Amino acid sequence: MSVTFLLLILVGLAVVGFFFGRARALSTVQGDTRRLHSLPQYYGAHVAIFAFVPAAILLCLWLAILPAINGFLTQNALDPSDIPEGRDVSLVMEEVKQVAAGLDKAVAAGTITAQEADQPEQIIDDLRARFGAAGVALGGDVRLSVLQAATTLRDARATQRTVLTVLLIATALAGFVWAARQITPDHRARTSVEFSIKVLLIASALVAILTTVGIILSLIFNTVEFFRMFPAADFFFGMTWQPSFQGESYLGIIPLLWGTLYISLVALIVAVPIGLFAAVYLSEYAGPRTRSVVKPLLEILAGIPTIVYGLFALLTVGPLLVDVFGKDGLLGVTWMGGGTSVMTAGLVMGIMLIPFVSSLSDDIINAVPQSLRDGSYGLGATRSETIKTVILPAALPGIVGAILLAASRAVGETMIVVLGAGAAARLDLNPFEAMTTVTAKIVSQLTGDVSFDSPEAMVAFALGMTLFVITLGLNVLALRIVRKYREQYD
Amino acid sequence: MTDATQSPAQGSLSAYDAHTAKRNTAEKRFRAYGLTAIVIALTLLVILFTTIIRSGAPAFTRTVVEIDFTLTTPQFEAAEKKLLKTKEYNMLFAGFVADAISDGALDQAAVAASLERILGKVGGDIRTHYRANPGDLDTPVAFELSTSSRAEQYLAGDITRDTLVDSRFLTAADLDVIDRMKDAGFIKTALDTTFLFGADAGVDNPGGAGIGVAVIGSFFMMLVVLVVSLPVAVAASIYLEEFAPQNWFTDLIEVNISNLAAVPSIVFGILGLAVFIQFAHLPQSSPIVGGLVLALMTLPTIIIATRAALKAVPPSIRDAALGLGASKTQAVFHHVLPLAAPGILTGTIIGLAQALGETAPLLLIGMVGFVAREYPDGLVSGFTDANSAMPAQIYTWASRADPGFYEKAWGGIIILLIFLLSMNIIAIILRKRFERRW
Repeated sequence: MSVTFLLLILVGLAVVGFFFGRARALSTVQGDTRRLHSLPQYYGAHVAIFAFVPAAILLCLWLAILPAINGFLTQNALDPSDIPEGRDVSLVMEEVKQVAAGLDKAVAAGTITAQEADQPEQIIDDLRARFGAAGVALGGDVRLSVLQAATTLRDARATQRTVLTVLLIATALAGFVWAARQITPDHRARTSVEFSIKVLLIASALVAILTTVGIILSLIFNTVEFFRMFPAADFFFGMTWQPSFQGESYLGIIPLLWGTLYISLVALIVAVPIGLFAAVYLSEYAGPRTRSVVKPLLEILAGIPTIVYGLFALLTVGPLLVDVFGKDGLLGVTWMGGGTSVMTAGLVMGIMLIPFVSSLSDDIINAVPQSLRDGSYGLGATRSETIKTVILPAALPGIVGAILLAASRAVGETMIVVLGAGAAARLDLNPFEAMTTVTAKIVSQLTGDVSFDSPEAMVAFALGMTLFVITLGLNVLALRIVRKYREQYD
Repeated sequence: MTDATQSPAQGSLSAYDAHTAKRNTAEKRFRAYGLTAIVIALTLLVILFTTIIRSGAPAFTRTVVEIDFTLTTPQFEAAEKKLLKTKEYNMLFAGFVADAISDGALDQAAVAASLERILGKVGGDIRTHYRANPGDLDTPVAFELSTSSRAEQYLAGDITRDTLVDSRFLTAADLDVIDRMKDAGFIKTALDTTFLFGADAGVDNPGGAGIGVAVIGSFFMMLVVLVVSLPVAVAASIYLEEFAPQNWFTDLIEVNISNLAAVPSIVFGILGLAVFIQFAHLPQSSPIVGGLVLALMTLPTIIIATRAALKAVPPSIRDAALGLGASKTQAVFHHVLPLAAPGILTGTIIGLAQALGETAPLLLIGMVGFVAREYPDGLVSGFTDANSAMPAQIYTWASRADPGFYEKAWGGIIILLIFLLSMNIIAIILRKRFERRW
C-alpha cells in the first residue's frame, strides 16, 4: 500500500477514535457530563492522538531509514565485478533504482504482466522496448547483474511494504485500544491532550532553531568540502578572481569583498543623510498630518521587491550615468565604460535603504524622552540646536545600530548587484567601473548546470559562509547597541 | 544661548540682534535640510514609479493590423485547387493589401514578402477561417493580425529608418509597407492577452512571451508558504508569548528568530539548494521547493506580527477566562487567539507579499534559465513540475540579450506590483475593519 493510503488509514482511525472515545466517556457516566473530569471531546481527542501520533512517528522513522537499508541490500546483491571499471558505484545504484521503478511503471502501464515482472530475467532482451512503451526511457540495454539487483530491490520493497502496513496498523490499533481502555470518569483527558498541544507548540518554535542549524550545516559541510579541493589561504588572501571550468582557477575573495564594501559604502552615503534628515524632520518638525502621509509613502520604497530596483539600475540608472559620465557624455569624460558599475548599483541600493534608515532612526529619535527636549527648550535653545546638541547625541548609539543594520542589508543584497554591478571582479578605485560582489558571484557560480564536485561551484558555499558570518556579526553588533541604548531610558 | 554676563543688547528688544538672527537662519537652514531630504526621497519614489509605468505599459498592448478582407468564391475555389494552398492565400491577401494601400504602385510579390516579415504567414489563418465559415465568402471579413516584434519596435520609434539594418526580420522596403498601412488606418492597438495569460517564449521571440505561467507558479508557491509558515508561526508565537518560561532555551529561540529575520535571502537560497535539492532530492525549480524556502524566510515576519497581536490582547481577557475555570490552553485557544486573529491575518498577508517579490533564493533553486512554456496540467504537478515564478521570470527576461524582452520585464513588474499593492490594501482594510482598541 502506498504511503498516502496508509496515512489516510491513520487519519481515518484517528477520526473513528475521536468519536469512539467521546461516546465511551459519555457512556461511562450515562450521559451526565458533570461527572466527567474533562469535557467529552477531550476523551475523544485523547484516543485520536494515541491512535495517530505513535504510528505517524513510526512512519516517519521508517521512511527516513529505509533508503539506507535498501541501498545496503542492493549493493550486496551487486557483484563487485559487475561494476564497470572506472564507474562510480552510485551511478550503477541509480541504474538499479531506475530499472526497479521502470518495472513497476511498466506493470502499471500493462506492457509487462505482473508474472513477468517477478522473473524479468526471461524477458531481458525485450525489456528496453517494453519500458519504452510504458514511457520509461533507458540509457542502454539492461545488464543481467543490474536486473538481478533491481529484482532484489523490488522484492525487498514489496516485503517492506507488507511489514510496514501490518506494523503501522498494529501500532495505531494498540494506541487506540490503550487510550480507550484508560477512559474512566476520573481520567484526566484534558491534561493529556493539553500536554500534546504544548509539545506541538514547542516543536513549532524549534523550527526557527532547525532553520538556523540547517543553514549552518549546509554552509559548513560544503565549505569544508570546498577547502579540500582548494587551499583556504588562496581563497581568503587571493587577489584574483578568475574561475575557469577547465581548471586552474583563481578563486580569491578579496576583489569580491572589495566590490561588496565599495557598493555598500556608496549606498550608505546616499541613504544615511537622506534617511537621517528625513527622520529628524518627520519626528521633530512635521505635524501629524504630514507624518501620516509621508511615512507610509517612504515605506513604499521598502516594500518594493529588490528585482524592481535591479531592473531600475540596469535599464534606467545605468544608461543615465553613461550619458553623463561615459563616452560622449555631458561632462565629456570617459570614466564609465558600460551601464553596470559600482555607482549604478550603489545609488539604487541607497534608494532602497532610505526607508530602512529613516524608519529605524525615527523610532529611536522618538524614544528620546520628552523631558530632555523640554529641558533644552527651557534653556532657550532653538529646535535645531536641541536636535544637534541634545537629541542626536542621546540617540547616537541607536542610530549607529540602525546604520549597521542598513549596512548588513547592503552587504547581503543580491538582485540589485546581480543586475546593476557587473560581472567582472576588479580591485579598482574608480566608482564608475564595473565590479562584482560576493552575492552576485554566489548566484553566478550556482546557476546553470552545476556539478557539485568542482571547486568553481563549491566556492559559492564558502562565499555564502563568509557572507553569513559578516551579516550575522553586523546584526548582532547592531542589536546589542540598540538594546543597550533602549535600556537606558526604559 | 546668550551669555548672561554679556552687556544687554543695544536697541529694541523686539528686534533681533545679529546673533539671534544667525541662530534663526541656522534653524531655517536645518529645517530646509530635513525638508529637502524628504522631497528627494519622494521624488525618487515618483521617478521610480513613472519609469515603471512608462516602460511597462507597452507590454500590455500589441500592435495589430486590422483589415477588412474580401475573398470571392471564384478566388477561393481557384486557391483550393492549387498545390501550395497557404501560399496562394498569402498572395491573394498581399494583392488585396497592395491594392488597398498603394493603388497598384507596389508590386504584389514584394508586398507579400514584406507582409510575411511584418505579419508572419497569414495564409494558413485565412484559409482555416474560410474553410470553417464558407458563408463569409464574398463579404468583407475583419481580420486582426498581430505584427512581429521588429515591426512593433519600428512603430514605437525604437527602430528608425536610419538605425535599421536590413535583415531577414525587417528591411527598408517593409517600412514603406508599414507606413502605407498606417496611413490607410490598418494599424491599431489591442490588449495583449498573450502577455497576460501566455507562457514564456524562446530567446528570439519577445512578442510571444507571456507571464501567465509564472503567475501560476507564484500562486502555487504562495500556497506552500501559507500552508507551511502560518501554522508553524502561530504555534511558535503562542508558545513564546503564552507558555514559554524565562530561561536560556527560550532566549535561544528568540535570538534565532531575530537573526533569521536578518539573514540575507541568498543564504536561504543556499539552504534550499543544499537541504531540499541536494539532500532531500525534491524536484529542481519546482514551486514546492521555492515555497518551502520562502516559507522559512517568511516565518520570522509572521512570528513577529503574531506576537505583537497576542501581546495586544489585554491580560484581563486571560484572567477572566482563567477565573471562570478555563485551563490556560483553553484561555489561549478560545479567547486570546480569536481576538488576535485580525492582527495575525494582516501580518500573514504582509509576509506573503514579501515572499511574492523575493527573487534571490529562486535563482539558486534553479528557477532561472528554465523556460516555462506550459501551464502545469494538474494540482500535484502544479507543485512538483518545474515552473517559473513572477520575479524569476522578470529576471530571466531582464538578462536576455534582445531588448524586446526589457519591455516585458517592466510589464511583469507592473503585474507583480499590482499583486503586492492589492495584498497590502487588503491587509490595511482588514486592519481598519477589525482593529480593536482596548
